[in-house]
Amino acid sequence: MGDHGPAKGFGRWLYTTNHKDIGTMYLWFSFAMFLMGGVFALVIRAELFQPGLQLVEPEFFNQMTTMHGLVMVFGAVMPAFVGLANWLIPMMIGAPDMALPRMNNWSFWILPFAFAMLTSTLFMEGGGPNFGWTFYAPLSTTYAPPSVTYFIFAVHIMGASSIMGSINIIATILNMRAPGMTLMKMPLFVWTWLITAYLLIAVMPVLAGCVTMMLMDIHFGTSFFSAAGGGDPILFQHVFWFFGHPEVYIMILPAFGIVSAIIPTFARKPLFGYASMVYATASIAFLSFIVWAHHMFTVGMPIAGELFFMYATMLIAVPTGVKVFNWVTTMFRGSMTFETPMLFAIAFVILFSIGGFSGLMLAIAPADFQYHDTYFVVAHFHYVLVPGAIFSIMAAVYYWLPKWCGNMYDERLGKAHFWLSFIGLNVTFFPMHFVGLAGMPRRIPDYALQFADFNQIASMGAFLFGFSQVFFLFIVIKTIRGGAQATDEVWDNPEGLEWTIASPAPYHTFTTPPAIK
Amino acid sequence: MATKSADGYEHYYVPEQSAFPILATVGLFFTVFGAATFFNEIQSGDSGIGGYLSLAGLGILFTTLFYWFRQAITENMQGLNSAQMKRSYVWGMGWFIFSEVMFFVAFFGALFYVRNLAGPWLGGEGDKGKFIHLLWENYRYAWPMMETPDQVVNGAKAVFVGAGEGHSMYPVDAHGGLLKWLPMWNTIILLSSSVTVHIAHVGLKDDNRKKFTRWLGITVLLAVGFLYLQYAEYHEAYVDLGLTLESGIYGTTFFMLTGFHGFHVFLGMTMLAIMWLRARKGHFSHEEAFGFEAASWYWHFVDVVWVCLFFFVYII
Repeated sequence: MGDHGPAKGFGRWLYTTNHKDIGTMYLWFSFAMFLMGGVFALVIRAELFQPGLQLVEPEFFNQMTTMHGLVMVFGAVMPAFVGLANWLIPMMIGAPDMALPRMNNWSFWILPFAFAMLTSTLFMEGGGPNFGWTFYAPLSTTYAPPSVTYFIFAVHIMGASSIMGSINIIATILNMRAPGMTLMKMPLFVWTWLITAYLLIAVMPVLAGCVTMMLMDIHFGTSFFSAAGGGDPILFQHVFWFFGHPEVYIMILPAFGIVSAIIPTFARKPLFGYASMVYATASIAFLSFIVWAHHMFTVGMPIAGELFFMYATMLIAVPTGVKVFNWVTTMFRGSMTFETPMLFAIAFVILFSIGGFSGLMLAIAPADFQYHDTYFVVAHFHYVLVPGAIFSIMAAVYYWLPKWCGNMYDERLGKAHFWLSFIGLNVTFFPMHFVGLAGMPRRIPDYALQFADFNQIASMGAFLFGFSQVFFLFIVIKTIRGGAQATDEVWDNPEGLEWTIASPAPYHTFTTPPAIK
Repeated sequence: MATKSADGYEHYYVPEQSAFPILATVGLFFTVFGAATFFNEIQSGDSGIGGYLSLAGLGILFTTLFYWFRQAITENMQGLNSAQMKRSYVWGMGWFIFSEVMFFVAFFGALFYVRNLAGPWLGGEGDKGKFIHLLWENYRYAWPMMETPDQVVNGAKAVFVGAGEGHSMYPVDAHGGLLKWLPMWNTIILLSSSVTVHIAHVGLKDDNRKKFTRWLGITVLLAVGFLYLQYAEYHEAYVDLGLTLESGIYGTTFFMLTGFHGFHVFLGMTMLAIMWLRARKGHFSHEEAFGFEAASWYWHFVDVVWVCLFFFVYII
């Protein structure tokens, strides 16, 4: 490896082994998927603007709810965090690159192929996956369209990509830290990604097993999910949620790390309770393995199961509470300023807590019998994913973009984007709590007249939110093309090795490790 | 060894641009796209090119991986890899094996759930027992499940047909006594192979190359023996006993667990065989043996999975 810069032309991106190139590709890919998944969501919201069937057939509506979920989870949120990990972890721990640079490129390039295959199912005979992003059997086996086979294999190779990406991240963090960068000196973004990568390696193979069982049931006559053959359709839900619950923390733990980096910078105080943040993250990760059946309270589990999963779930509020307390305490009596990343981070703390509280309501097994499969659940997980995961990613982009491209974004435009997004998402998702509590079921293209008002409000919010993300795209491109020159520190005395190098970050950084204080 | 900076720091080798990842991606894509097309063609009775696409994809994938690994080995022999780089490979292999463990956890979990919870509930135990007979009247649960609920309710019209009493793979049903019970021999073979691969490792540590290659070769032969006996066992199950993937949850769990294990034995055997070929070319020394050691860790993992299988699938 010389000191030379990037290769010329498109080959640079196809053949690269550079963590910054790969991080950039992950981020652009995830943004493309975010827009595509967003269009699917707007189809849903347009159909639900009025009661009755207006725009699309129910069959197509089902494909939209399914593809929206799959694309957002596996295509938008997860790759965005992996992109951030690629860009930031080597710079934060003083490493020259990721531990296994070629495998890093392989992890990325699998994704566009996997999503091309998944999206192509929409144009196949019988339509795309229509069984919800949770693809419960027997909807996804006995009653599935033929395209389900392509869906299964798409999930397989996405899983392979995630596992390779995670192995790389763990090897990088455990093996590539600069001398003196002890574990308890690592930035929290690195810590949360270490734990996230562990979760990914633990549960992506279980998802692979889950879709393999589907494949065998569909094509080879096995009876995993068929009671007639002695299996059990509920088995699907157990296997799926054993993956699925850690998966939702995979989508939020890196967000915790991002917010823990941003709040101290703009409160101009060190993070309160660093060690407790680490232990809280590890506790949340551990608990995520023993709470999966809270997604299945209504399947008819024995009472002992209901109670165990209810109490275990409520326990998660404790380490999460520790985190929220630490963020608030970091801000307490700080010299706060409210640049765009900070606005997103503060909105994260407040709105994620709302999502956490509705989660606590859902954790109560007897109450869940009322909420289950209603729009209350939709409101809950969109509150943790949109102002949680998505806002943290946007905060991260505004926070580190000057480091990546060397230019400051336009603060006025950034703030405008924040407020449009903030209003848009609350207008979209807050009314869903009300229609959900009143009993509106999720994943249905039509609804009773009494839900019309709130649905119209939600649909208008959704279009506002959707269009403000096109505005976000504009801001990012504008920043990359020009703008005020960013200083090396970018912000007011931020903490971390990435601020000690030039802006924009040189193609190769820390080829010899930096000295750690 | 790896180049050093002025203060004695060994440079971490970051490879140049590489075409391997994108080629491997193309191979992987055609493998799975072809396989999905092929399975759908079988299902609908059409004929098409799915199978060929998949094979072509596999060809691209494995050719790429061959050259990729060759490149990595060459780099190491050129002394480009620092001690730190070598630790990255060690971590990588370790976590890969952990992901494989979790894959088996899914299938063992399914087995435990069916045997201990879903099965008894289907037979009328627990809170749901009061109602389950509305769906599966007269069904009595037993493990191994040799008669499916489908058969009890639908008789001759059943889709899932169990193999019938006495046709399980448990030792009580072994024909010709325990000495002809193949899983026991396979246990002996696989446990021995873990010992032989260890003896090979000791040979390498002692710089006794003859001992190293010989015992590594014996390990590969034991792996072949294991796979042959598993083939014989499957043949007996399908042809003589009528126990198949389609014979309800017992056949399903039996073949999926042992089948995936067998596939991993095949992978491990391939790794060890490649290491044997490399050993004969003079690769590996007592301090430089990552490829061989990684293959042997994988082999021990396959062995441990088999011990679990033997206990949970064949004995209890």
